[in-house]
Amino acid sequence: MIDDLIKLLGQDNVLVEREDLIAYSFDATAVLRQLPRVVVFPRTAAEVSAVLKLSRGHRVPVVARGSGTGLSGGSVPVEGSVVVCLVKMDRIEEVDARNFTLRAGAGVLTQAIYAAADEVGLFYPPDPGSMKVSTIGGNVAENSGGLRGLKYGVTRDYVMGLEVVLADGEVCHLGNKCVKDVAGYSMKDLFIGSEGTLGIVTEVLLRLVPRPAARQTLLATYSRMDAAAETVSAIIAARIVPCTLEFLDSKTLRCVEEYAHVGLPMDAEALLLIEVDGHPAAVADEAARIRELCAANGATSVRLAADAAEAARLATARRSAFSALARMRPTTILEDATVPRSELAAMIRFIQETGARHRLEIATFGHFGDGNLHPTFLTDERDGDEMHRVESAMREIFAKALELGGTITGEHGVGLAKKAFLKGQLGDGSYALLRQVKRALDPDNLLNPGKILDL
Amino acid sequence: MSADGNLLKALDYSVVQQCMHCGLCLPSCPTYLETGRERNSPRGRIALIRAIADDELDVTRAFADEMSYCLGCLACTSACPAGVDYGTLFESARAESERKGAAPGAARSLVRLVTLRFLLVRPWALRLAGRMLRAFDASGLRKLLRKSGLYSVLPRRMGELERQALQIRGEFSDELIAPLERPEGKSRHRVTVLTGCIQDIAFSEVNRATVDVLLANSCEVETPRGQSCCGSLHAHNGDLGTARMLARRQIDSVDPDGCDAIISNSAGCGAHLKRYGHLLADDPAYSTRAAAWSAKVRDISEWLVEIGFRPPKASSAGPAPVAVTYHEACHLCHGQRITSQPREMLRSIPGVELRECPESTMCCGSAGVYSLTQPSTSAWLRDRKVGHIKSTGATVVATANPGCQLQIQQGFKDAAGMPRVVHPVVLLAEAYRAE
Repeated sequence: MIDDLIKLLGQDNVLVEREDLIAYSFDATAVLRQLPRVVVFPRTAAEVSAVLKLSRGHRVPVVARGSGTGLSGGSVPVEGSVVVCLVKMDRIEEVDARNFTLRAGAGVLTQAIYAAADEVGLFYPPDPGSMKVSTIGGNVAENSGGLRGLKYGVTRDYVMGLEVVLADGEVCHLGNKCVKDVAGYSMKDLFIGSEGTLGIVTEVLLRLVPRPAARQTLLATYSRMDAAAETVSAIIAARIVPCTLEFLDSKTLRCVEEYAHVGLPMDAEALLLIEVDGHPAAVADEAARIRELCAANGATSVRLAADAAEAARLATARRSAFSALARMRPTTILEDATVPRSELAAMIRFIQETGARHRLEIATFGHFGDGNLHPTFLTDERDGDEMHRVESAMREIFAKALELGGTITGEHGVGLAKKAFLKGQLGDGSYALLRQVKRALDPDNLLNPGKILDL
Repeated sequence: MSADGNLLKALDYSVVQQCMHCGLCLPSCPTYLETGRERNSPRGRIALIRAIADDELDVTRAFADEMSYCLGCLACTSACPAGVDYGTLFESARAESERKGAAPGAARSLVRLVTLRFLLVRPWALRLAGRMLRAFDASGLRKLLRKSGLYSVLPRRMGELERQALQIRGEFSDELIAPLERPEGKSRHRVTVLTGCIQDIAFSEVNRATVDVLLANSCEVETPRGQSCCGSLHAHNGDLGTARMLARRQIDSVDPDGCDAIISNSAGCGAHLKRYGHLLADDPAYSTRAAAWSAKVRDISEWLVEIGFRPPKASSAGPAPVAVTYHEACHLCHGQRITSQPREMLRSIPGVELRECPESTMCCGSAGVYSLTQPSTSAWLRDRKVGHIKSTGATVVATANPGCQLQIQQGFKDAAGMPRVVHPVVLLAEAYRAE
């Protein structure tokens, strides 16, 4: 089979050396590791198709991979698998400024998509934290989110079409440039967020929007978390939709201050970073009203950026949150339990209590606007007892998120890390439906088997 | 230390474990950019190191090749959110490759032997070599050889090596700098200047300029005679034993309590000097002193900004406008996190228009002896750098490391359009002189 792969793709695009396999045995998820059998780099959909046919003939599982920045183990190899790494399909094929669309290979970096749109005055809003490294194919496979979810939605909201290679090697084109299209089932939606279990996305057709003309940034601190939550409610009640509405809890905030020296009050319980964008007049008006709402709801300080440089300084507080936390302990586990916005304060309080009860360090930050939280476990994978408590705490947090009407994963995907919790969220009927879809599209269970669900 | 003395197993495991393999280092890594393969990326290399520490991989030739392919530019450490100490991992991995004899190549071994084990540990030998090269230049022999076409019949590598050989200055540092120099008027600080080894014989005017700029800012300057190499090239190339020996020698030669700062003007040396405390942490006789010593080390730009240096006054004739771009030496911007201070120096100079260079923090491919050990990647990075420099239209390139300076000069193949490549401190010294 290796010889056939080499014949197909050339020696340079087939890796079998142990040193290479080790380097492809993980993604960005903590703890999970598995060596693949071989790593291949196809350059076209036809090559992907040929690899899938070959693998199917040998009954060998196939795991699709982009830059390997996933946080749920979606691209961690399956034992004995062929890793199909799509980073060489990295061409932006077309930017269509008349139809506001962009067509690109699956291996194009998210940052490059953003930049190509920006160049013609357009905007690709989804901005996952790894966008400088992540590929657009990976974003589609995981339905990645980012900081702008509240106003702009997530990756799914920008996918107009896909080129997908199915388990049998068939190449399908789903969707098109039409805003309205009701011809048949919306099959592309099935593949968005399917984590490589139903097919391999090789090309994407994305929707772009006009680039907002202005942007304004505010930073507010609070001595009570509830006051921050009330501010968010007040902003929404005033019918203002900020493009970002980010939150740091007291622990995150103290770590950030110690690391980045932004000038945050060390005794603050919560911090909000708020950004509005759009028409300059509307932005100025909304920023002024948000400032008043922050003050009226008990903010201990509110800073409105005077210019772009100050806005960047304020945003540093949020942007360095993960860096500040990641240096605290040897192992950092970033979770993404998500609840409806109205339940956020209750969820955050529960996470803090759970951390204390299990003697764990959990810092929470996240997207207050869309209810997507990042409880971050600062731990050490070599400490078996502590890891056991991490698992218990995680189970409790997911159960609470579901109890509050939320989800076990807002934007990282199920992969391997959340597999055990999926049934609890979906219930028997929906879970069976997922299985049915998987069996229909991948009857031999060769596409990223064992991810999301077991058959 | 582990039973078999494996340096990677002896590492504090939390350093390895600190990498959460998030991948944010990938776009900053020049070798990953060249190949797109994880093995050639920081997190891939750390995974290999971890596999060795975990007994899942031996120190193979492929591993040694990989660590030799890594530039050690430390760009990944600037990109890393988790603060992984890649410098230590890299140095230990190269040292372990050497210890196991897994590192490749006889020619490479000869280069190592001559440079690392002989020239760079003996100040007199390096000077002597410098004098011989100087005589070689003065005699016109170098020119003659180049014209003769003899290089075209020699193996290509030899011709390349000759072109990379240093252009030696007419005078070395101690011919230009007195052991003790006092500023006009009252002195506010007392500093010790390190003259380096390559800097000393190939760029002694940078050392003179460093002293001039310090004097202009009320510093009393001591410049010890007979200084030796700081050992950075040894540490980066797997010879930690010699690196430690040179560090002890350096520490013995300068008393950190006798001065306010120990000044380095070479990025690669400075980054290494600041790690003496780390390098000698397990040496009971030296660990405390080494840490105190490292704490006193300042890059010249860092020190000038710290003491609030005086901006040069514009000359009466008015300054001649000049477009300057700044190339950031890896071991200044990544190794020491010094980025704004050299720019502050440049901006203070009357007439200077600072034009930012695209990818200014990307390695130029010099990287110590990398241009000798990995010529093709080195040349690729050099040409990429030169392209970016050309795009700025600047006529002066400021950079704070002798290796970068040589590398960039070699990148401009002909004299036409060749910018002036110079250390920022030289420009500042010239501005003071023009007052």
